[in-house]
Amino acid sequence: MRKRKVQQLEAMAAAGGRSLWQEALRRFRRNRMAMISAGFLVLLVVFAAATIIIDAVTGNAIYDAKVISQDLTHRLQPPSKDHILGLDEFGRDIALRIWWGARYSVFMGASSVLAAIVMGSILGAIAGYYGGVVDNVIMRFMDIMLSLPYILLAIAIVAALGPGLINVLIAISISYVPEFARVVRASVLSMRDQEFVEAARAVGASDRKVIFSQIFPNTMAPLIVQATMAVAGAISSIAALSFLGLGIQPPLPEWGAMLSNARTYIRDAWHITVFPGLMILLTILSLNIMGDGLRDALDPKLKN
Amino acid sequence: MEKQLAVKDLRVRYETADGVVEALNGVSLSLEKGKSLGLVGETGAGKTTLAKSIMRLIHTPPGNILAGEILFEGQNLLALPIEKMREVRGNEISMVFQDPMTALNPVMPVGQQIAEVIAVHEKVSKVEAMEKAGEMLEMVGLEARRAGEYPHQFSGGMKQRVVIAIALACNPKLLIADEPTTALDVTIQAQVLDMMLNLRKQLGTSLLLITHDLGVVAQNCDEVAIIYAGEIVEHGELREIFHDFRHPYTEGLFGSIPSLTQKADRLNPIKGLMPDPSDLPAGCKFHPRCKYAKAVCGNAIPGTYDVGGGHTVQCHRYGSKEYESEG
Amino acid sequence: MPETPILQVRNLKKYFTTPRGPLHAVDDVNFSIAKGETLGVVGESGCGKSTLGRAVLRLHEPTAGEVLFEGRDVLHLDKNEMKRLKEDMQIIFQDPFASLNPRMTVSQAIAFPLLIQRKVDKRDKTALAARVNELMDMVGLARRLANTYPHELDGGRRQRIGIARALSLNPKFIVCDEPVSALDMSIQAQILNLMQDLQRDLGLTYMFITHDLSVVKHLSNSIAVMYLGQMVEHCPSDTLFERPLHPYTQALLSAIPVPDPDYAMDRIILKGELTSPINPEPGCRFARRCPHATPACAQADIPLAEQEPGHFVACIRAKELAAGKAPA
Repeated sequence: MRKRKVQQLEAMAAAGGRSLWQEALRRFRRNRMAMISAGFLVLLVVFAAATIIIDAVTGNAIYDAKVISQDLTHRLQPPSKDHILGLDEFGRDIALRIWWGARYSVFMGASSVLAAIVMGSILGAIAGYYGGVVDNVIMRFMDIMLSLPYILLAIAIVAALGPGLINVLIAISISYVPEFARVVRASVLSMRDQEFVEAARAVGASDRKVIFSQIFPNTMAPLIVQATMAVAGAISSIAALSFLGLGIQPPLPEWGAMLSNARTYIRDAWHITVFPGLMILLTILSLNIMGDGLRDALDPKLKN
Repeated sequence: MEKQLAVKDLRVRYETADGVVEALNGVSLSLEKGKSLGLVGETGAGKTTLAKSIMRLIHTPPGNILAGEILFEGQNLLALPIEKMREVRGNEISMVFQDPMTALNPVMPVGQQIAEVIAVHEKVSKVEAMEKAGEMLEMVGLEARRAGEYPHQFSGGMKQRVVIAIALACNPKLLIADEPTTALDVTIQAQVLDMMLNLRKQLGTSLLLITHDLGVVAQNCDEVAIIYAGEIVEHGELREIFHDFRHPYTEGLFGSIPSLTQKADRLNPIKGLMPDPSDLPAGCKFHPRCKYAKAVCGNAIPGTYDVGGGHTVQCHRYGSKEYESEG
Repeated sequence: MPETPILQVRNLKKYFTTPRGPLHAVDDVNFSIAKGETLGVVGESGCGKSTLGRAVLRLHEPTAGEVLFEGRDVLHLDKNEMKRLKEDMQIIFQDPFASLNPRMTVSQAIAFPLLIQRKVDKRDKTALAARVNELMDMVGLARRLANTYPHELDGGRRQRIGIARALSLNPKFIVCDEPVSALDMSIQAQILNLMQDLQRDLGLTYMFITHDLSVVKHLSNSIAVMYLGQMVEHCPSDTLFERPLHPYTQALLSAIPVPDPDYAMDRIILKGELTSPINPEPGCRFARRCPHATPACAQADIPLAEQEPGHFVACIRAKELAAGKAPA
C-alpha cells in the first residue's frame, strides 16, 4: 500500500502537478529576507501563545507576581544579568512584560484584520458580482469611510464606545473593512468576465457555485498580501490607540501603552522606552517585508 | 550583391532561476541590400530573440549572448560600444513590434513621437522635425493634419502605420518587423503590407520580416529562413523553399496549413510538441517529431548542406554518410 | 433537407448599452444549422461573431429574436430547463489559458461539469475518475497529466482540456469560438484534426467562429460572413470561395495572403476601417468602404436575400455585380 503511494507520488512529480500555491511557496522560500521575517513572526506567535498556556496552567501566578505587581524599590533599573531588559518605572521586568504583551499585538492585530476580511470580502464580492445600484451604494459608503484616516476613524469609534480591549478590536476592524472590500471587488470584477468563469456558467453552474468554486480561490492571492500589510497597520493602530490612552489600559502590558507610560522617563531610563518601541518596529517591519515577499511570490506577472 | 546583414553562429541563452533556456543555438543567416527575408517559426523558436539581438535589446541578465557575430555592412554590432549602438538604432536599423497598442506613448501626440526620433538622429530644428513628421504620416497613408492627435484617437491599423512611420523616419537601411500585422484584421493587414511594400520600393530599405504566417511571407519576401528551436533549419530563395522544401519540419509546416486553393479532408500536422527550450533533445532538435529520423539523428547535430542554388538545409538526410548507411 | 435543422436562429438581436448609445453587436441575424454539419461564422474583430455564439447559448441574454434548438424555444426556458439544456449545447473558448481556472487540475476541470450536472455521484470517485480518463483518452491527453495544472501545459494541451470539458456532458451542439486562433500552426492542425474526428465519431454539430478563412473552408459545410453585427452573406462553403457575391466577402477573400509565391494576388484594398456599431446609421453598413456603393445603399437596411438557390446575400447590387463581373 505504502509502496503504491510512493509510486503514485513519483509519477505525479514526473508529470508536474504543482499548484500555483506550491509554486508561490517555492518562490517565497528563495526570498531570504522574507523567510527571516516569517521566522521572526512565527516565533512571536509561539511566544504569545505560550503565555496564554502558562497563565492557564499556573492560574495567572507569574502574571500576577511578575508582570502586573509593582516593586517601587527597584524602579527604572537598567538591564542586568537578572533582568536582561531592565525594570520599568514600577519595578516590573520589561522582558516579561514585552513577552506577555505580545498577545495583544499578535492576536488582536490578527483577529481584527480577520474580522475586517470577512466583512470586506462579503461586501466586495456582492458589489463586484452584481454591480449596478448595489455596487454603487456599497462602494460609495466605503469611499466615505476611506476618506477618513484610519486612526481618526478608530479614535472616533473608541471615543463613542469607550476605551477597552473589545472596543479597540471593533474600531480597528471597521476601519479596515473598506480596504478589503475594494481589493475583493476589484478581483471579482476582473474575474467575472474571464472565460473560465463563463465556461462554468456554460455548463450550468449557479451564481453561488461560480463565486465560491471559480472566483473566490483566485482572489485569495491579493487578499493574503493585503491582509499581511493590514495586520502591520492594525498592530501599529493598537499601539497608537493605547499610546493615546484610548486603547488597552494600564497595568496591562500592551507595547503601545508601555511606550506611553515610559515616555516621561525617557531622559533617565532609555531602556524602558527603547525595548517596547523596538518590538513594535521589528514586528511591523517583519510583516511588511513578508507582505512584499508574498506579493512577489504570488504575482503571476513575475512568473515566466 | 553586397551583404547588408550577416549573422554568424549566434548563440544566446537566458539564465533564470528555473533553468537555462537555450534560445539561439548557432544561428547564421544573411540578407542582401534592398532584399527582404522572411523568418518563419513558431512560438519559442527564437524569432524575437534574434531580432532583439540584432538591435542589442537583450536584457542581461537574464539574457546572455555567448558567441557569434552580427555584421551590419561589415561592422560587428556586438563589438560596438553602447553609444555607437544607439546611433545605429533608429538611424540605420529600425524595429517594428507586434503590438501597436503598446508601442506608442499614450500621452504624446503622434506627430511629436515621430519628430522626436528625427530630432535625436538628425540635426534639424523643431519646426523642420515636425514638418518631416507630417510628411512621414502622409507617406504611411495618414493625413498630416492628424499629427497633433493622440494614439487613442487612432484605430489598430492606423497605429501600426504610425509605428512604421516612426521606424522609417530616419530612412534606415534595415527594417526589422516582428509580426507587424499579427494583431490586425485581415483586410487591415492587407492595407499595411501593401503600404510597406510600396515604401520599401521607394526607399530601398532591406527587410527582416518575422512571422508565423507562410502566406504573408509568400507575398512579401525574396528569401525565407525557417527557424526551429533556435536553429535555422532551412534557408533559401522564396520559390525554392515554397516549391522544393527539404527539411522535414518545413514539410510539416506546409502540411499544417489548411489550403484555400485545394480540397483536403485532413491536415497532415507534425506529431508531438515544440521541445522545451530549457531541455532540448540531443542531436537534431527536431528528431523526436521527425518521421524520417534514424539513430544518427538522435546522436549527432546535423551539418548544414547546400542542396543547390544557395538553398541550405540542416538535416542528416542531405549529406550525412551515417544516415545513408543506416537501414 | 427534409430533417428539421438542429438549430434555428431567427431575427436574433443583441444590443449592449454604452454611454454613447446602444451597441448593435448582433443585429437581426437569421440562420440554421443541420444536424451533424458545421456552420462557419467568419468576420473581423468587432463584427459580433463571438457575441452571436454566446447569445445562442444565452451566455449573453439576447435582446430580441428566437433561438430554436431541436424545435424548442431556448429563450423562453426557465432556469432549471436551461440548466438541463446546457448538457446538449456547449462551447469551446478561444484562449486556452483564460478559459481554464488556474487553481484547478486537469481532472478537476474536466470533472466540474459532471458534478454540476450531477452526471456522476460526488462520492463515487471511481466512476468519476473512469469518466475523466475516458474523456482524456478521447481528446488525446495522456492520463499522467490528470493532476497537472494548466500553467504547466502548453497551449495545445490546454485546448484539449477545454474540448474534453465541453464533451463531458455528451453535447449535440458545440459553439467553437476561435478554438485554434491562439495556437501555433503545427498544433492548430492537430486540434483541427481532433475536432473533425470527434464530429464524425460523436455526430456533433459545430458552429465554428473564426477570423481565419482557410480554417473555415477546411471545416465547414456552409459559411456565414458577418460585418458590424449583420450577416452579409451565407451559402455553402465551396460556393463562397468560388462565387462570393457581397463586395465585403470579395475584399475579405482577396486580402488573405495565400502561401504560394506564384499565386496572382488580385487584392481589393479597402479604404478606411470599421465604422462604429454604436447607433449605426440606416442602410448598408459596408457602404462607406464599398467600391461599388451607390447613394441607394445608404437609404434603408438591406435584408439577406436569396440570390441563387442556397446563396444568401445582403446587397442591393448583388445581381448586377454578379452579372457584370465574372468571378475571378
